[in-house]
Amino acid sequence: MTETMFPDLAPASGEILMAIGALLLLMIGAFRGNKSTGFISLLAVGLMIVTLFLTVTWAKTPSYTFGDMFVADRFTSIMKLMVLVASALSVIMSLQYFRDEKEERFEYPILLVLATLGMMVMVSANNLMTLYMGLELQSLSLYVLAAFRRDSALSTEAGLKYFVLGALSSGILLFGSSLVYGFTGSTDFTVIGQTIAHAGAHGVNIGVIIGMVFILAGIAFKISAVPFHMWAPDVYQGAPTPVTAFFAVAPKIAALALLVRVLYVPFADLASSWTQVIVFMSLASMVLGAVAAIVQTNIKRLMAYSSIGHVGYALVGLAAHSVAGIRGLIIYLAIYLVMNIGTFACILSMRRKDGMVEEISDLAGLAQTRPGMATALAVFMFSLAGIPPLAGFWAKWYVFKAVIATAVANPAATDYGLIALAIIGIVASVAGAYYYLNVVKVMFFDPPTGEFVAQRSGNLAAIMGIGAALLILFLLPQVNGPLLDYARMAAASLIS
Amino acid sequence: MEHFPMEHFPILSIITFLPLLGVVFILLTKGENADRNARNAALWVTIFTFLASLYLWFNFDKTTAGFQFQENVSWLGDKINYRMGIDGISILFIMLTTFIMPIVILTGWDSVKTRVKEYLIAFLILETLMIGVFSALDIVLFYLFFEGGLIPMFLIIGVWGGKNRVYATYKLFLYTLLGSVLMLLALLYMYFKAGTTDIPTLMQYNFDPSAQIWLFLAFFASFAVKIPMWPVHTWLPDAHVQAPTAGSVILAWILLKMGGYGFLRFSLPMFPVASEELAWLIYTLSVIAIIYTSLVALMQTDMKKMIAYSSVAHMGFVTLGIFTFNTQGIEGAIMVMVAHGFVASALFLCVGVIYDRLHTREIARYGGLTNIMPRYALIFMFFTMASVGLPGTGNFVGEILVLIGLFKANIWAAFLATTGLILSASYMLWMYRKVMFGKLIKPDLKAMLDISRREIIIFTPLVVLTLWMGIYPSAFLDFIHVSVANLITHHQAALALVTDAVAH
Repeated sequence: MTETMFPDLAPASGEILMAIGALLLLMIGAFRGNKSTGFISLLAVGLMIVTLFLTVTWAKTPSYTFGDMFVADRFTSIMKLMVLVASALSVIMSLQYFRDEKEERFEYPILLVLATLGMMVMVSANNLMTLYMGLELQSLSLYVLAAFRRDSALSTEAGLKYFVLGALSSGILLFGSSLVYGFTGSTDFTVIGQTIAHAGAHGVNIGVIIGMVFILAGIAFKISAVPFHMWAPDVYQGAPTPVTAFFAVAPKIAALALLVRVLYVPFADLASSWTQVIVFMSLASMVLGAVAAIVQTNIKRLMAYSSIGHVGYALVGLAAHSVAGIRGLIIYLAIYLVMNIGTFACILSMRRKDGMVEEISDLAGLAQTRPGMATALAVFMFSLAGIPPLAGFWAKWYVFKAVIATAVANPAATDYGLIALAIIGIVASVAGAYYYLNVVKVMFFDPPTGEFVAQRSGNLAAIMGIGAALLILFLLPQVNGPLLDYARMAAASLIS
Repeated sequence: MEHFPMEHFPILSIITFLPLLGVVFILLTKGENADRNARNAALWVTIFTFLASLYLWFNFDKTTAGFQFQENVSWLGDKINYRMGIDGISILFIMLTTFIMPIVILTGWDSVKTRVKEYLIAFLILETLMIGVFSALDIVLFYLFFEGGLIPMFLIIGVWGGKNRVYATYKLFLYTLLGSVLMLLALLYMYFKAGTTDIPTLMQYNFDPSAQIWLFLAFFASFAVKIPMWPVHTWLPDAHVQAPTAGSVILAWILLKMGGYGFLRFSLPMFPVASEELAWLIYTLSVIAIIYTSLVALMQTDMKKMIAYSSVAHMGFVTLGIFTFNTQGIEGAIMVMVAHGFVASALFLCVGVIYDRLHTREIARYGGLTNIMPRYALIFMFFTMASVGLPGTGNFVGEILVLIGLFKANIWAAFLATTGLILSASYMLWMYRKVMFGKLIKPDLKAMLDISRREIIIFTPLVVLTLWMGIYPSAFLDFIHVSVANLITHHQAALALVTDAVAH
């Protein structure tokens, strides 16, 4: 790769389109002002949809470009698909909210597009530098989004907190990257992987391992896995609700995709080292997510702890260290996306005459005042709790299936405590069920205390309805078939 | 892989999912008569489901132990299929379920006035899930139905239950969920060991004896909570007391039986060695359950709570019977389950009758009801006697068979279990005396009306069936003979295999 030639742009066409699109939208906004927010939002959604069709390829072989810094394969396709869907839905869900709050600003959809672009770059990163670039583009946009309601103290605090801790985590990640570069002599994932493979699992320099752990810690901040989760509840609560909805899904998917690639490409041969780390983070996240959520009264905080727990379950798939495990993780994320977007569509509908409310007790008696919304939210809650036959159960099923398969096939792997991971994880899901049930209880068993204002846009209702239907019908082969198949292909493309 | 041609139309799936059709009807009802139309829709759908299930009853081949009316469709890939089929044991439970549902719908006809549509929808969904549990031949499918039932039950108790309903419904949900998730892990382990989730294949698979113990315990965690066994029975009295009458009936009728069915379908055939080795544990817990809960029942002041504790004691007989590993014991256990379904449900309905009138279940609030409610007193008397195990009723047949089987297996357990019979007679008769006999001195009781025509319609089939079971038990036993014999043969063969392996 020494000769200078113009790089092949085709694999990165989606990202390029997003970048140009974001700049164009910015121009429109700059000339037409805040009154064009609705228009720009629609354009942003359109942009994401076009990008989605450009990005998703099912080519069998991965294509590399920009001197191997950027990769596009089936795994990146499915992850970008999820990120783009989550982002587009977040934009759609935010429309009514900002209109009602009279906070319409055209920067919002543009920042969201930029953050999404950063996530796409993260997903496709095949080099420590691309990784950092994508991560920072994403993070910087997210910091601004968190503090988007600049007149609200909570929102500003959330933005600041997120920024300080995010910057710290970026620093940690950068430090780890420099260690890895120093000890392996390359920033290219493939080359790092080969260097480590040549050294053999035990001959590798301890510096690489330390570097890897720093990188892991940096990414763990982004996915809010325990013990790097402290920012999540405050930021979730403080950020404007549509932003929280966005935070809860798209960045997690992107960062988990990044984590998978980092672990399976450059550090594949250090699996015995990182499995312990992943098992610990997974266990701690599942348990903390289940226990700490019990005392929450604010539904956004509740969702923060819930997402911490769910990241733990997704990591179970990673701990399984197999194609089936990655497949489980992909399936988990897809279902998580539907459950969370659906739940936030409900939270965004919690508007009284005098403004938004976000206490769980405000949902009291919802089954009587708004039976449709109550049913949908109950489906989301039961699904998040993992009760069959809803999709949330299948999400857990596939990750635990993978981890048990590894434990059965390779009894030596029990050294990593995979069986213990499965048992503790699944028991934690029972504890977690308690607080999801609490939401159902408040909606169905308690008498109404007040009414929400009627929905003015059909968007949220449609998202709730479609989401709930998907979760219920997931057990039909016609519904789950495509996801199961593509997830298998995507996982296989990563480990070859 | 075995291949079963589908020669008939998918009758089991039709029966299983027919109640969902009722849900659609109910969702479509609108206007001022919506509640009445919804009730009618639910009643007719459940009656149709029952009629459809009669097809099974009459076309069932009693001479074979194989699974009948099979359906096998590829479902999730990875050898997880949608497979349905029934044998002599499951057909009884399916018939029980479809039979009770119209009665359950009638029970809440007048007493449930709030959110009628949701109430009916919950029960219809529950029916689908219950039938599914007994007809699933794939363990994943089974788990789905088994667990899914928690959602409607949670709502039924929580929305339409008594004063302390939230506590009770949480307890029910979390207890059973905790048991079940451990079963889920065991199930995954079995899937990877045996390479299939097909129940008939798993029954033939010989798991490693040391692994069997763990698998058995994981399944035990789930079924012991469900059935329920001492000491994890405490959710039952709470749930029973707080549930609306129809919910109590369903609990007593079917949900408890899922545990017993699970032992018969999974624990015994799939983990024969572990079952044998851990039988002492079951014996101990069951005997404690019988004596302890009978004593507790003696102290109750709430009628429903007393019947709930007596349920736990009866279920102790079931687990004892199942783990005798002989024909009489197992057949007796199944008979106790069926008879307990009739009798305990009928008793809950009896309590429901006076609860609807006076809105209390305190035994002390009643007395002398024979004077004003003679017809009611007769029916209550009949079921009290049936619960005690009077010859001529179904309970007697079941309990005597269990005791015969148990005397063969373990004399001490049999001796102790028999004392439970005496205790059960004392608390049931005590309650009957307090509520029915004596002088009618409490003024508000005097206005109570005897049972209505609707209530007579509800009780008649239960009386008939209880007598039928007691007088001519073969009608039921004929279904299970071959299946139970096959279960025992297989169990002994599996044990012999292990003993041989140790001897060599």
